[in-house]
Amino acid sequence: MKPSTVRLLAAHPPAMKLPVIRLQDVTVSHDRRPAVHHLSGAFEAGSMTAIVGPNGAGKTTLLRAIMGLQSAEGSLAVEGARRGDLAYLPQQSELDRQFPLTVYDLVLMGHWPRAGAFRSITRPQRASACEALSAVGLEGLEDRPVGTLSAGQLQRAMFARVLVQDARVLLLDEPFNAIDMRTTANLLDIVVRWHRERRTVLCVLHDLELVRAHFPRTLLIACEPVAWGPTAEALTPANLLRARAMAERWSEDGEHRARRA
Amino acid sequence: MIYDLLAAPFADYTFMRRALVACLALAIGCGPIGVFLVLRRMSLMGDALAHAVLPGAAIGFVVGGLSLPALSLGGFAAGLAVALFAGLIARVTRLREDASLAGTYLIALAAGVLIVVSQGSYVDLVHILFGTILAVDDGALLLVAGISTVTVFGLAVLYRALVIECFDPGFLRAVGASGSLVHLGFLVLAVLNLVAGFQALGTLLSLGLLLLPAAAAMFWAVALPRLILLSAAFGAVAGYVGLLASYHADLPSGPAIVLAAGAIYLVSLAAGRHGSLRARYMPRLHMAS
Repeated sequence: MKPSTVRLLAAHPPAMKLPVIRLQDVTVSHDRRPAVHHLSGAFEAGSMTAIVGPNGAGKTTLLRAIMGLQSAEGSLAVEGARRGDLAYLPQQSELDRQFPLTVYDLVLMGHWPRAGAFRSITRPQRASACEALSAVGLEGLEDRPVGTLSAGQLQRAMFARVLVQDARVLLLDEPFNAIDMRTTANLLDIVVRWHRERRTVLCVLHDLELVRAHFPRTLLIACEPVAWGPTAEALTPANLLRARAMAERWSEDGEHRARRA
Repeated sequence: MIYDLLAAPFADYTFMRRALVACLALAIGCGPIGVFLVLRRMSLMGDALAHAVLPGAAIGFVVGGLSLPALSLGGFAAGLAVALFAGLIARVTRLREDASLAGTYLIALAAGVLIVVSQGSYVDLVHILFGTILAVDDGALLLVAGISTVTVFGLAVLYRALVIECFDPGFLRAVGASGSLVHLGFLVLAVLNLVAGFQALGTLLSLGLLLLPAAAAMFWAVALPRLILLSAAFGAVAGYVGLLASYHADLPSGPAIVLAAGAIYLVSLAAGRHGSLRARYMPRLHMAS
């Protein structure tokens, strides 16, 4: 993977300025094919935006590009933020769940921006990990290997890691996918609290009811932006239909290409 | 009687003591590296690397004869070069890493055999392929012990990043650390241990003390620190038992040590506490234990 082209502009002391993610004509490619193209706009400081779109619409790719995990063309800048100010919650399929890691160690990973590879974990840092675990309802499971957790419990543990990171920008990739309803409700409370604390939240979601109920803003994409604004204006039946039609067009393209190949 | 069986060979013969010390040092380095090889699903890659060490050792042999520094340095350079070259092919062409690695190491292995045979003899080839732990001298002992020391310290430095890289590689990159650097550091340690192993066990079997104890440990422990300790302990036991068997039954030492590790592995596979055949087909027995 090429190094990121995302610029982290921390010219001002971070406490002075809330981070804004600004995109100008951004195109991100995946396997040499553009997965997201010609995206312009901004995720304002303290905003809470749902990113919605059909499968393969480039939602994950966009989050990864903002994190600097994937290179992007155009101008993509996280203004007023350092690297440690961004936290990313990946989909569970990105994790090696068989790896013998305990829940506690997973949560302690969140201290990396301060502890790095070598510094020892301080007592307050340990305490904050324990607090995070009880905030997500996992107290008592500290020593459990992650491989023995249910999908919901693992997601709670991952949220605890994000809590420990204490980042000002949060990028969440399908955080409630295959998660039971009670866990979803608990974790959603945490996301809403982050929003109240003026953190910037970007969240890839499929459940439109949930988006309408809790997310003030929505970016609807289908490789290119379909709508971006207040949720009620973005998620109109016409826009959703247009996004679906665009998705059907690529899947036909894909089949066509596959048949020729 | 028991003394004669278990301790006398080491008390009576210097070469047996040296061999034992070499085995214990090997076990300490190979144990943890083997665990990470297994957890990172790199077991077969380890095998390919072990074979890739041969042409380097062969070139070292041509330049310096059967001298330890020449063989080791050559082997280390070749092993690392093959790993990096295969990684590069996988990145820039359509071939995946397993195929590119197999292709690269086969070329290296065949070239290595040709070089040794054309410049030396089959006896030399046998030495390099199967090792000569009973002929370990001071230099070899220092080399093996040195590699174990470097491994333990290197792993201590890499540990946190390596664990994160195994579980969630995206996180490491997102916080600005280089996953490739961590991977490279781990590869260097793995090749170093293969080079240490090939003094004792030969290139063909040097993976034995890395992989078999680690694979056996998987059936007994879940937590990473325990896996690492257990893997090193199994390696040490295999070295001791293998040397005794080789002494009493007049067997070649390399295969005897690897077979001892193999026996530990098979017993663990059958009767271990976690995910073994017993745990699967006789769960009640498992619960009672």
